[in-house]
Amino acid sequence: MNRHLLSAGDLSRDDALLVLDTAADMDAALAGRSIKKLPTLRGRTVVNLFFEDSTRTRTSFEVAAKRLSADVINFSAKGSSLSKGESLKDTALTLEAMGSDAVVVRHSASGAPHRLATWIRGSVVNAGDGTHEHPTQALLDAYTMRRRTGRLEGLSVAIVGDVLHSRVARSNVLLLSTLGADVTVVAPPTLLPVGVGSWPCHISYDLDAVMPKSDVVMMLRVQHERMQGGFFPTTREYSRRYGLDARRMAALPDDAIVMHPGPMNRGVEIAAEVADSVRSTIVEQVANGVSVRMAVLYLLLGGLMEVDISDAAPVPHERGVA
Amino acid sequence: MTAAHSPDDATFRIGSDAASGSPRPTVGDPSVAHPVLEASDVQRALTRIAHEIVERNHGATDVVILGIPTRGVTLARRIAAKVGEIEGRPAPVGGLDVTMYRDDLRLRGVRPLEPTDIPPAGIDGRTVVLIDDVLFSGRTVRSALDALSDIGRPTAVQLAVLIDRGHRELPIRADYVGKNIPTSLTETVHVLLAEHDGRDGVLLGPADLSREASAAASEEARP
Amino acid sequence: MSVRSVPGSRWVIKGARVLNGDPADLYVDDGVLVDDAPANADVIDADGLIALPGLVDLHTHLREPGREDAETVETGTLAAALGGFTAVHAMANTDPVADVAGVVEQVWRLGQQAGHCDVHPVGAVTVGLAGERLAELGAMADSAARVRVFSDDGKCVHDPLLMRRALEYVKAFDGVVAQHAQDPRLTESAQMNEGEISGVLGLAGWPAVAEEAIIARDCLLAAHVGSRVHFCHVSTAGSVELVRWAKSKGWNVTAEVTPHHLLLTDDLVASYDPVYKVNPPLRTHQDVLALRNALADGTIDAVATDHAPHALEDKETEWAAAAFGMTGLETALSVVATAMVDTGLLDWAGVADRMSIRPADIGRLVRQGQPLIAGAPATFVLIDPAATWTVDASQSASRSRNTPFAGRELSARVISTFLRGAPTVVDGKPT
Repeated sequence: MNRHLLSAGDLSRDDALLVLDTAADMDAALAGRSIKKLPTLRGRTVVNLFFEDSTRTRTSFEVAAKRLSADVINFSAKGSSLSKGESLKDTALTLEAMGSDAVVVRHSASGAPHRLATWIRGSVVNAGDGTHEHPTQALLDAYTMRRRTGRLEGLSVAIVGDVLHSRVARSNVLLLSTLGADVTVVAPPTLLPVGVGSWPCHISYDLDAVMPKSDVVMMLRVQHERMQGGFFPTTREYSRRYGLDARRMAALPDDAIVMHPGPMNRGVEIAAEVADSVRSTIVEQVANGVSVRMAVLYLLLGGLMEVDISDAAPVPHERGVA
Repeated sequence: MTAAHSPDDATFRIGSDAASGSPRPTVGDPSVAHPVLEASDVQRALTRIAHEIVERNHGATDVVILGIPTRGVTLARRIAAKVGEIEGRPAPVGGLDVTMYRDDLRLRGVRPLEPTDIPPAGIDGRTVVLIDDVLFSGRTVRSALDALSDIGRPTAVQLAVLIDRGHRELPIRADYVGKNIPTSLTETVHVLLAEHDGRDGVLLGPADLSREASAAASEEARP
Repeated sequence: MSVRSVPGSRWVIKGARVLNGDPADLYVDDGVLVDDAPANADVIDADGLIALPGLVDLHTHLREPGREDAETVETGTLAAALGGFTAVHAMANTDPVADVAGVVEQVWRLGQQAGHCDVHPVGAVTVGLAGERLAELGAMADSAARVRVFSDDGKCVHDPLLMRRALEYVKAFDGVVAQHAQDPRLTESAQMNEGEISGVLGLAGWPAVAEEAIIARDCLLAAHVGSRVHFCHVSTAGSVELVRWAKSKGWNVTAEVTPHHLLLTDDLVASYDPVYKVNPPLRTHQDVLALRNALADGTIDAVATDHAPHALEDKETEWAAAAFGMTGLETALSVVATAMVDTGLLDWAGVADRMSIRPADIGRLVRQGQPLIAGAPATFVLIDPAATWTVDASQSASRSRNTPFAGRELSARVISTFLRGAPTVVDGKPT
């Protein structure tokens, strides 16, 4: 695992499993306790740098950082002059000067976290960049799947909807294939990227054909601007062909689960009775998001000083770690 | 739990003794380490500690025995079993991971978490006996005390260790000690337990064993 | 060597290999090449160096007027001379736009004052590059700048009727429309070549068809009205096929390719470093091979730099916010040597043809791109074909630093440049 978490594709299988296992340990460590706080990252500063509104992701990172006793600074840049491209670097240098140990960044431009990572010394965590990736969402999704179904290897996962513009889909395809799941993306052809044939997944235009063999169905949000963008004729037709309603859900295997990264368009990509059914993991995903983000922050920040120390003169009894 | 340990990635180093399953390097090469306790000595020490716990606490009714992973948990189970034999009923036993409470993450890098396993009755109003294999700087015990205080409020906390090797950096002492072994800072204490190492014993060796071997071999490496 | 020369100086260039032929001496007197060594001449030892006619760039952004922080005529033409160029065509997308005689004359005069190379302004096809009505093309042609190349470069002349009119109108003064082939609807908010990598990186794709559809249309239009048409920076294998097809019909179609499209591919975008952001975008390896072969067989007529300097703050941003463009004047010849000569696709005579003779002809420049024989202008470049060098952006004479070749090792190096008998560069340094 690198100093940064920019893409789910950067995680090796061992890295990914370490995050999931650590998240499980975090869950266990806090389960049933009245004090849901660990002193681990005391004195570290985590900056939430959000150029786009995302209350749920920002809050999830904030809770995760606070449960590890880190200091959290919320830097909301949307609408201010900071949303102009020129100042991303200035913002980075400002955060650097304030001594931030990690920057959690959400940005409307694909690759913005990669740029940020070249300008600052601390860790950068990608909390969603444009239409590129959202690696912690994929990690929490994988974590949720493993908790619910007990496995990831060989698990059949259908990812349904606007794959073209979805950072959730990209990160999930990369991470789940690394973890041995069998992924199928399902979308109208207009909402699949041109190069999707080279992705480590199957491709289908037919949701009904995919449902009976899916252990997990992940519904993607249809963005309002896509509804206007001519990617499909009408919302009604999209919903009919690619929405998940009770009839389609009935075609799933008995123990299959339904996921959604939120926020949902009830009645468009997912029917209310599906979202509220026992198969739905949507609320669980939110809770798991905190544990997974705690694990990520711990693993990235816990050992940040190691490089410096390795250059220092050895202390006689400083030998190894147990 | 699987440790990601890429040798070329210095910034993200997980302790090489990675909790479970990872192969342990051979330790105790007679040419570099010599035994200070034999298997029978270890057995006797644990039996004595069990008796002392019962005696000091006038029975074991309110005692909860918590080991500090990984060898401390193994020792805790053995001591709890012996307490159970003495008292005629099993003593509550569990494990307490202190990783998230350590003060040396910046120095040592992150390590995988170990399970924390508190007996169902909890620790409120009880006497907690912490068990570790080697007492060295005292920092692990300090972390354990912090961790305990987030879980509940015991009436008292006591400490039992198999080996006390000295060199305390904090005002901490053990209530029950299997054996005091004066050591030099350049030495390494290897506690071997049948459950982990195939046999019981304690070895004292020079510190110039490879970093991995010393790290894997002994809890003592967490001063 | 410290020589500050003025036209009228006399030179003996000893042992230069013209077009990589046998070593011979070049004699310069009063701005032209002569048969016999002039008396009292300065001598330059050109042992091992190749002499080519001075390079001609059909496609340069000098940024003046408007963005003098990124480049000026002075700095841009100095970079050109260091790159072996003796003439550049200055694109029209300045501020104000070069869509009237006044602006093109201003740029032309700035070029004269700088003196590093000839500056031939390109006139805008439409007023303000807006694609709505024709600019005063005739006035620009008749101005002191004698504009012959017209382009809305940066924007496509998308309206087919307007394009037809432009193609027809410039026939009156033997002008040519240089089309920036990019269908605007197919490239709305496009960021990089559309393909496997754009899908993975989540960057809006720029399909090859957006370029090819315009090229196909304009070939047909040019044939229909009997005009010549030139295509700027063709970047795809499909564009090459269309140009090849149009030429096979005998239509008057020419095309240019940039050095960067001969060497770089879209996988570089994975770093999200906007130094690789350019219009048209870097394409695939297959496209690069097709472009090289087309340049070799003459389907593509010319190498043109599309030198597009940008201020640091316009490139040190996230990808989507960054400006399109790369600098290229100082690296063009070396990139062509690396991509075309080292690979055996083109010999040095071919380089002279694609970087001097044909671009001069397309631009109707009578004093450029001439063979190095007695009576011709002493406008030439001396090249060390055996040199290798590593590009250092900080050493650029351009005011901007956005070269995608920084840190790369390239072959061949410009040693000296002569413009009508006057050295503009000697021993790799400006005079």
